[in-house]
Amino acid sequence: MVQTKTEISRRKFLKSSSGVALFIGISGILPQLISCKDPNKIKEQLAQQPLTAWVKLSEDGLITIYNPAAEMGQGSMTSLPLIFAEEMDADWSMVKVEFSPQESEIYGSPGWAPGSKLMFTVGSRTTNSYYNVMRKAGAQARYVLMSSAAKHLEVPIEELTTSNSHVLHGRTNQKINYGALIPFLEMPESLPDFSEAELKNPKDFKLIGKDIPRTEIPAKVNGSAMFAIDIRLPEMVYGVLERGNLHGSKPKLTNETEILAMDGVVRIIPLDYAIGVVAKTLEQALSAKKSLKIDWSESKASGHNSQEIYSTYEKIASQKEKGKVIFEIGDVAKAKRTAAKTYAVDYKNDYVYHAQMEPLNAVVQVAEDGGSAEVWVGSQQGMDTKLGVPKILGIAPENVNVHLQYLGGGFGRRSMNDFVEECAYLAKEMTPLPVKLIWTREDDVTYGAFRPLSLQRLTASTDYKGNITSFSHAVVGDGGNLVASAVANDHYDIPNQFAEWREASNGIRLKHWRAVGHGPNKFAIECMLDEIARDQGLDPLDLRRKLMAKAPRALATLEKVAELSNWSTPSDNGRAKGMAFVEHGSLGTGVCEISVDRSTGIIKVHHFWIALDAGVVVQPDNVKAQMEGGIIMGMSSVLKEQITIVNGRVQQSNYHDYNLLRMQDVPDSIETVILESAEVPEGVGETATPMVACAIANAFLRLTGKPLRHLPFSPERVLQALNS
Amino acid sequence: MVRFQLDINNSKHTVEVAEGTSLLWVLREHLGLTGTKYSCGIGQCGACMVHIDNEPMRACLLQVDNYADGQKIKTIEGLSKNGDHPVQKAWIEAQAPQCGYCQTGQIMQAVALLETNPNPTREEIKSHMNGILCRCGTYLRIIKAIELASKTPTSIEN
Repeated sequence: MVQTKTEISRRKFLKSSSGVALFIGISGILPQLISCKDPNKIKEQLAQQPLTAWVKLSEDGLITIYNPAAEMGQGSMTSLPLIFAEEMDADWSMVKVEFSPQESEIYGSPGWAPGSKLMFTVGSRTTNSYYNVMRKAGAQARYVLMSSAAKHLEVPIEELTTSNSHVLHGRTNQKINYGALIPFLEMPESLPDFSEAELKNPKDFKLIGKDIPRTEIPAKVNGSAMFAIDIRLPEMVYGVLERGNLHGSKPKLTNETEILAMDGVVRIIPLDYAIGVVAKTLEQALSAKKSLKIDWSESKASGHNSQEIYSTYEKIASQKEKGKVIFEIGDVAKAKRTAAKTYAVDYKNDYVYHAQMEPLNAVVQVAEDGGSAEVWVGSQQGMDTKLGVPKILGIAPENVNVHLQYLGGGFGRRSMNDFVEECAYLAKEMTPLPVKLIWTREDDVTYGAFRPLSLQRLTASTDYKGNITSFSHAVVGDGGNLVASAVANDHYDIPNQFAEWREASNGIRLKHWRAVGHGPNKFAIECMLDEIARDQGLDPLDLRRKLMAKAPRALATLEKVAELSNWSTPSDNGRAKGMAFVEHGSLGTGVCEISVDRSTGIIKVHHFWIALDAGVVVQPDNVKAQMEGGIIMGMSSVLKEQITIVNGRVQQSNYHDYNLLRMQDVPDSIETVILESAEVPEGVGETATPMVACAIANAFLRLTGKPLRHLPFSPERVLQALNS
Repeated sequence: MVRFQLDINNSKHTVEVAEGTSLLWVLREHLGLTGTKYSCGIGQCGACMVHIDNEPMRACLLQVDNYADGQKIKTIEGLSKNGDHPVQKAWIEAQAPQCGYCQTGQIMQAVALLETNPNPTREEIKSHMNGILCRCGTYLRIIKAIELASKTPTSIEN
């Protein structure tokens, strides 16, 4: 019976010229081979069974591997397929990579929460959460090829090996390319559920850990890489929204007739918080947007002044009543009572904006019968892989097809899919015309969702030997985890620790911003350590050595970077070095060398050195690129970037008043050493950025004796610190 | 609506748009040359860098009316047939892009530099490239790519 079934399947493969997809089930589910010619058949199978379909083979040996993660420059388009190809023993030169369908039941990672399956490219978790998934699936694909080859060659599978897209039989000296096996492919009755021990020994890795060029870079240098903003469809119309600069404000349009009479304007679509205009061309839509006359209501944010709010935050920090406890070990109060010395310092952080280079946008088309929709988008995906579109359109999720495009930067902004929802609203009104919604840069800044403004009040105590006996950390700000994450010091041997969050809500839109709470909180923690070290007459390196005594992996990064940066040799020429440790999945210690122009207050960063332990590193050069980019983005935010709010209104609107770091401000070098490790891969996208504020401030403290405690370190603030 | 004839990448293109329409929208939305990017619209970021008569210019600031008179417009799509201009090759060798959105503008600006100054110093590179923003922070690799390209003897051809 089984035989017959297989025969039928086999004929189907033979007829197919576009190869076969290997649908390899998560344990216990019968694997399938399905002709790629028949997308309906594939969809049917996918709807029926939670299968994992990762690879497509062609008879010419071409291997297409599907990437389930967003690609925003972090390299998922290479790293995840590379892990699969490693275990499959695929010839990498014959591998093509495509985005997988956005179907979380099939391609979601269980790495987020037990039992969950999410497609969600956030938190620098992609490689970590897909590492075992991809390895196992690759090994299973290899097993299918080997078992089919064993039947075809009539030899025991145990005698077969694989190498570079070939199944080899040593005894008879036979060698078959994976592609040539397609007519003979048969699914074994069951697939081994490979345990880690049955996978490749990392010593035998041929792809993982090597410098393999990123697959999507050629398309990014010839202009063919498709971002959602590049999508053009027949009869497409353009949507823009005016959202104002007071978050939460409600609009009332007062010149609708005038707008509707403008060239090319086809529809005005009011939303709760914005007025939408749809026009035949982008320039017509933008021109109409400029002409809108809108009365805006006041909102919760009215009256909020970002630069005056700190005095309120200080009062909140001083209140007796504790906030929400985030982390607690030992007894801080007791430690303080017996302390030889106590310290209390406030650190402050202004709002910062994502400034991803591709402004938010999406393209949505609802089918004429209203029963299905197509979505083109650059998204970091989400808890809902269909990005909120089904609910808005009243269409079942399986009939909403999301075509993921490259992201022109994410940094946390693109895991909030408000822009996709907006486009769905417009597309619903415009059915069946496709709508391209574009946020102008001004929209992107003024209606941004910022890293929250926050105040960190740190207190610490030391004993008579100068040991830190307690450390407590109160975060005041809006947004829960957005401000209160990264307050636990797991790698520092401090027996009594306490961290809490005190809420202060201002009605400003907020969002994860690369490294989230790590930015402000590591700034506070690492600066506090250096302030204590200075007061105690300790070298910051020695202080951290002592604190990391029970955290050997963290300590190794510290020792390595000390060596790399020549820490013990003082800088000359009016320069000084500062260090900071950060854990964000991976562990890293960074050292920078700076100088300061005492007349202008401009800080110059000359060098940055990083020692990193990220577990197994899939793409070493790409990890270095993440360190470089993370440092530059960190420098940009620390030295330049600031969103200010006056009476609830965002004051900045574009790159002329929201300055980013430019090429003339880069350090001479950013040098990364990756420590050898066989541990699971950990994220690297957000480890470098939070090092920057504290490393610079710590260098500044050593250079000038003055602390910098308020981000950004604008020239005015630097001068103020110098003159204090 | 006015008809404009443009000379882009050595071929003639006709568009019918309102007077004063920005060259960026014409290239991207009317002609589908989407390798030239929109990011700020006010000449601050350089993502829309094109060459006009061999000069690097920001398409977002230009009105199509003024460039329909035989001026030779070159976009990233016209830089090389197979993405193998020496500067593009150097970009791949340095693995410069991350998200990639600004990189076509960076490349057009770099090509313009090397066409007039085949062996720039690091300071000249920084100064010439300063107007092009990159949020991913790839600046050091861009410098490396330009230095690699400047060592390629054929870099000013193509």
